[in-house]
Parts: sequence; C-alpha cells; structure tokens
Amino acid sequence: MEKHVLSVLAVNNSGVIGRVAGLFSRRGYSIQSISAAQTENPDISRMTIVVEGNEDTLEQIDKQLSKLVDVREVILLSENNSVRREHVLVKAGNGEETRNGLIEVANLFKAKVVDVGMDNLMLELTGEPRTISAFIRLIEPYGIKNLVRTGISALERG
Amino acid sequence: MKLTGAQIIIECLLEQGVDTVFGYPGGAVLNIYDALYEYSNKVTHVLTAHEQGAAHAADGYARTSGKTGVVIATSGPGATNLVTGIATAYMDSVPMVAITGNVALSLLGLDSFQEVDITGITMPVTKHNFIIKDIKDLATTIREAFHLANSGRKGPVLIDIPKDITAQINEYEKREPLPIEVVCKMTDEDLEKAVEMINNSQKPFIYTGGGAIHSNAKDQVFQFASLCDAPVSSSLMGQGGYDNTDKRYIGMLGMHGTKTSSLAVSECDLFIGIGTRFSDRVTGEIKSFVPNAKILQIDIDPAEINKNVRVDHQLIGDIKCVLTKLNDKVKKKNNSEWMDKIYTYKEQYPLIQVGPKEDILTPQYVLETLNELTNGEAIITTEVGQHQMWTAQFYNFKEPRQFASSGGLGTMGYGLGASIGAQVANPDKKVVNIAGDGSFHMNCNELVTASKFNIPIIELLFNNNVLGMVRQWQRLFYDKRFSQTTLDRPTDYIKLAEAFGIKGYTITEKSEVRDVLQKALSADRPILINCVIDKDINVLPMVPAGTSIHQPILEIEINDE
Ligand SMILES: Cc1ncc(C[n+]2csc(CCOP(=O)(O)OP(=O)(O)O)c2C)c(N)n1
Ligand SMILES: [Mg+2]
Repeated sequence: MEKHVLSVLAVNNSGVIGRVAGLFSRRGYSIQSISAAQTENPDISRMTIVVEGNEDTLEQIDKQLSKLVDVREVILLSENNSVRREHVLVKAGNGEETRNGLIEVANLFKAKVVDVGMDNLMLELTGEPRTISAFIRLIEPYGIKNLVRTGISALERG
Repeated sequence: MKLTGAQIIIECLLEQGVDTVFGYPGGAVLNIYDALYEYSNKVTHVLTAHEQGAAHAADGYARTSGKTGVVIATSGPGATNLVTGIATAYMDSVPMVAITGNVALSLLGLDSFQEVDITGITMPVTKHNFIIKDIKDLATTIREAFHLANSGRKGPVLIDIPKDITAQINEYEKREPLPIEVVCKMTDEDLEKAVEMINNSQKPFIYTGGGAIHSNAKDQVFQFASLCDAPVSSSLMGQGGYDNTDKRYIGMLGMHGTKTSSLAVSECDLFIGIGTRFSDRVTGEIKSFVPNAKILQIDIDPAEINKNVRVDHQLIGDIKCVLTKLNDKVKKKNNSEWMDKIYTYKEQYPLIQVGPKEDILTPQYVLETLNELTNGEAIITTEVGQHQMWTAQFYNFKEPRQFASSGGLGTMGYGLGASIGAQVANPDKKVVNIAGDGSFHMNCNELVTASKFNIPIIELLFNNNVLGMVRQWQRLFYDKRFSQTTLDRPTDYIKLAEAFGIKGYTITEKSEVRDVLQKALSADRPILINCVIDKDINVLPMVPAGTSIHQPILEIEINDE
C-alpha cells in the first residue's frame, strides 16, 4: 500500500483533532502518523498526516477531510515538492562497552547526545524519515530502552 | 438590547423565521423553556412524548416543508434520546438544528448529574456541532448553525449550551440570516462535456435521488428528462422528485426496484445520476451495476463522486442550478426507439402483488385505494420494513416533499414522529403514516402527541403480526428459521388508540378498505387504522444484498407446513 503525506490546515477549535481522527477511524482510513500544532496564526493549526491507501482512498480522504467545517485546506504533498522531516529521541546502550559504538553511530548521523545515564545515552536526531529509520536500525544492536518519533512534519517547497 | 442567553436563543430562532420547535424540557434547559413561555405567542413548542419523537418530528417538518427543523432537549438522557433522530436526518441530508442544554460550565467534565458529552457522541452524525463556552459566541454560533444546516449538502447541526450561559446577560442585536450560497462551480468545459455525452447517447437513463428534492428542482428535472428523451427512475429518497404518474417514470431501482428499471439500466448507454449517492441498496454488486453505459453524476457533494461507483464525468453543484444551465444547452433529442422499448417493458412488467392465498387483502390494494381517495396528494411518512417499500411502490408520488421516510439509516420508529412534524408544517394537507406492527411498538407513545394537540394524522398500520422484512430474509436466506420475528403480541390496537384518545378502525377484508379510509380521511382528528394482512406477503422484486441488480428475485413460493 502506498504512503501519502497530507498537510491539513484547520481552525484551532477545541476538538478539531478529534474530528479529524474520528473521520479516519469511522471511515476505516489508516493513519501512519499525525503531527499537529498551532501555526504562526494561533487560530490555525497545521497537521501533517501520513496515510496509507490507493488513489481511490486518497481521493476520498481528501474530499471527506475538506468537508469538515473546521478544515480550511488539504494539500497533498508529493515527495518531490515537499520537505519532510521527523524527529527522534532514543535512549539506548547497555553498559559502558556499548557507549563508544553508540557515539560512533551518532557521529555518523550527526545526532546529538542529549543525556547521559549510568549505562545508557539519549540521542536526538532530526532528518528525513528514511534517515531516522536507518539511524534506528543501526542503534538497535546496542539495545534500545525507549524511543519516541514525532511522526512526519512537512511543508511544500518553493 | 440586553437579554439573557435563553432569550438570545429564541431571538436567534426568530431571526431565522422559526415559528415551531419540537422538544422536551428538563433541568439544563429550564431557562430556555422559561424564555419559550415568554415568547409563546411567537414560537409554538410541540411537546412530544419522547425526545426521539421530537427529533423525528423536526425531521418530518423539515423534509415536508424545506424549512429547518428545530428540536430542543435537556442534557444527559434528553440529549442521548435525540441521537437516533439526528443520525436519521444526517443519513438523509435533512436540515435540522438540535439544541441541547448541558450542565453549567464549572461542572463540565466532572461526571456531573445528567452530564453527557453530546458533541462527542454526535460528532459522526452531524454536519458539525458546537459547544458554547462563552455567551459572546452564542448568537453567532446559532446563526452559523442554521447556515451550515442549509448550505451545500444539507444536514443536522447540534449546539450544546451549558445552563449558566442561558442565564447570563449579554448584548443582543438582530441580524438578517446569513445568505446561502448556491453551489454551482462547474466550468464551461465540464458542461460541454456533459452535453456531448448526452448528445452522443441514444439510450439515456435518468436516475434521481433525494438531492433533486432538497434543491427543489422538480421542474428542471422534468424538462431535462424530456430534452434527453429518457426514462426516469427514482430512489426511495427521490420519491416525488419526478412525477410517478408521468409516462417516463419506471419505478425504483435496486433492491426493490422494478424489472423495467433494471432492464433499462442494463441496456442504457448513458446513466445520469441526479442528486443520488449510489447507496449499496441501489447498486447491488458494483461491478455489474451499470454494465454498458457511461455514467454522468450530478451532485452537490464532491465527496459523493467516485465514492461507491466510478463515474465518467461529473457536474458538481446544486441540482437546480446545474440542470438550468444544462437545459439551456441540451438540444431536444428523439430516442423514440429506446422509449418504445421502455414503454413495452413497463407494460410487460407491472408491479402486481400476490399473497400466499387468492384474493386476500393486499397492501397494494389498500395503498392504491388510498392513492385514489387522496388523489395522490397526501403527505406520506413511513416506518421501516416491508410496508415502507410497498408505499414507495404503490403510492404515486407526484410532488417533492410529499414523502418522508428513513432511507439511509432505516430507522424503525421514525414515521409517527415524522408525520406529526409533517402535519404541523402542512396543516392543510392530509398526512398519513404508513406503519408496520413492529415499528409501531417502537414509538407508538407519540400517538398521545397527535391526540393532545389534535394533529389529525392517520396512522395506517399494516399489521402482519411479524417483523415482515426480516422474516422475508429469513425465508430466503436462513432456511425459514424465523428467529424472533413472529410477534404474536396481545396488543389491542383499537383499545390502545382509544387509551390515547384516538379513534381506531380495523380492516380485515378488501370490502372494508374504501369505507374506512374515507371515514379516516374526512375526520379532522387523528385516526388509527389497524389493517390486518397476511404475514407472508413479500416485497418483490428483490435483489439479495451484494448481488447483481439485473437478477432480481421475482417470485417467492410460500409452501410452509
Ligand atoms: C430501530 C431498528 N431496529 C431494527 C431494525 C431492523 N429491521 C428492519 S425492517 C424490520 C422489521 C420491521 O417490522 P414491521 O415494522 O412490522 O414492518 P414489516 O416489515 O412487517 O412491514 C426490522 C426489525 C431497524 N430497521 N430499525
Ligand atoms: Mg410487521
């Protein structure tokens, strides 16, 4: 199934996330990730929603979202015309012997060490979703304790 | 001027031209009811027996008048009792504004007495909903609610108002209702393409749905059909959008459509859907639905394009506006060969209802007699079941807003409330609710509403002693295992009606039909008719769910031991 990235501008009314999420669940559209926050205008939020589905489903998602009264604009972001970023925090490591290896991986990705525990490190990285996934794969052998990804946020180029 | 929140609510209703509301009081709406008391010379409040009945009444009022139905209920159980009525209106795109009270702002979110998150509950069954948290937003929100309920594809909107807001004082200034924009946003190329499709077609087929009625497009549809020289079929929701007695009309399509309609669809080369959403009850199996034709869809809601059926072309907009433009461009066609074929089918395959025994009282006979005695001009509401389909098959609807029935949700218990709303909206018309005995028992409490306010509806009950529609499926697909569908209830309908102050008649023979109907139609008070029929009169033709509409079941043999 194909993945698509939607950028949705909505009025920042209470419950707007619920309306969007409710629409997806009741119509059986699958959300991979959703990230939302207020824009430069405090009355408006921008959500970046990653959905899975074929072209027909995508057409319906677009139209159904556009019908929500609070939704002002739905933009389909293609890979080429958008900048997509994701942020990850990961706590990993298993004693001192894993520390150097972790730091090496971090350096390779230009990730930052943001916290040092007794026997683990917390790393932070922002990048293309693909890079984030590759980074996580390389961290995995060192033992991941906790991990949080923000989901994709994206903007149209130009 | 300075008014209380409750007074502002009523003033805003008056701005919108509302003179009738349906509802039920309670703690959280005490202030609103106090204002209703004050404004009682300007707004009539119809107190129903149950909030669900009030919601259906507001719906029936809206469907048969084209105005917005308004319903008021208290918080908690009052609000939840509205839910079925709101969902019914939502599925059939009926403009409605529901006003619910809620607990005071300071008590929200604390599981307070009779608190319920009604905006959360109704989110999937409203076009939009609001909870008012500041009295400054009250008037604008009510205005917006009416605007939303009526713009684009119509539907219900709910406003939840905490009790303290109805008591607070704020400045109020009268405003004109927000203008409703007529959606009609196709390009000239869109229009040209549609005209070309029509010009290239020798065998067009027109299918009209509820949208044609919501947009008051009867004349435009009629003109369009004669320009295209096409047969016309209407969905259940579309009944009355095209005159059923016109020669072009060939009956419904889909699960209980006519053989003529299904033949016409399988042979046509252009299928024109007007204000219809291609419900699964109509299309049956999608891939065999329109086998040899291009599809042109005209609808106000872009999300209905390519949702259930992929179409070749679409015109998005208000039906009346789109058809007016189209009618200017389409040149009068002559498809006499095609139309002759259609007329032959129509003659060959009339709808004739047979029972398991010869010469018994059939709903067809009753409905046709009713049609004759009312000159096909009564407003008809229905419950849900076999009787609903028979009504659509055998009463000849001629005008839009003459028929109110729960199509999308299929709500048993809808009809009686709806008939009350319809009668209130149309005091000069005869209103008949066609009921089944199962549906009757769901909301028969509303008989008392009709009786109390002398709302002179006729409750025409097809009493087959069974949940007939479900029994029909059990007969066909469950090896006649009639699980929980034989009612055998001891209800004495006449006594029950009398207990509510309503006169009742029973019909068991054909010979009694005319006389009883005449009596009921000339009474100026509500009447119940208990029409006893055989339990095995089926709705035919029938297309089993999910199968091709081109292979309908035309006959069901009843040979039970
Ligand atoms: C509220 C509700 N519950 C259940 C159903 C399922 N259902 C559809 S038709 C039907 C039988 C209706 O019986 P009755 O009102 O007697 O009508 P008949 O089919 O016998 O004419 C039932 C149970 C429904 N549509 N609505
Ligand atoms: Mg029955």
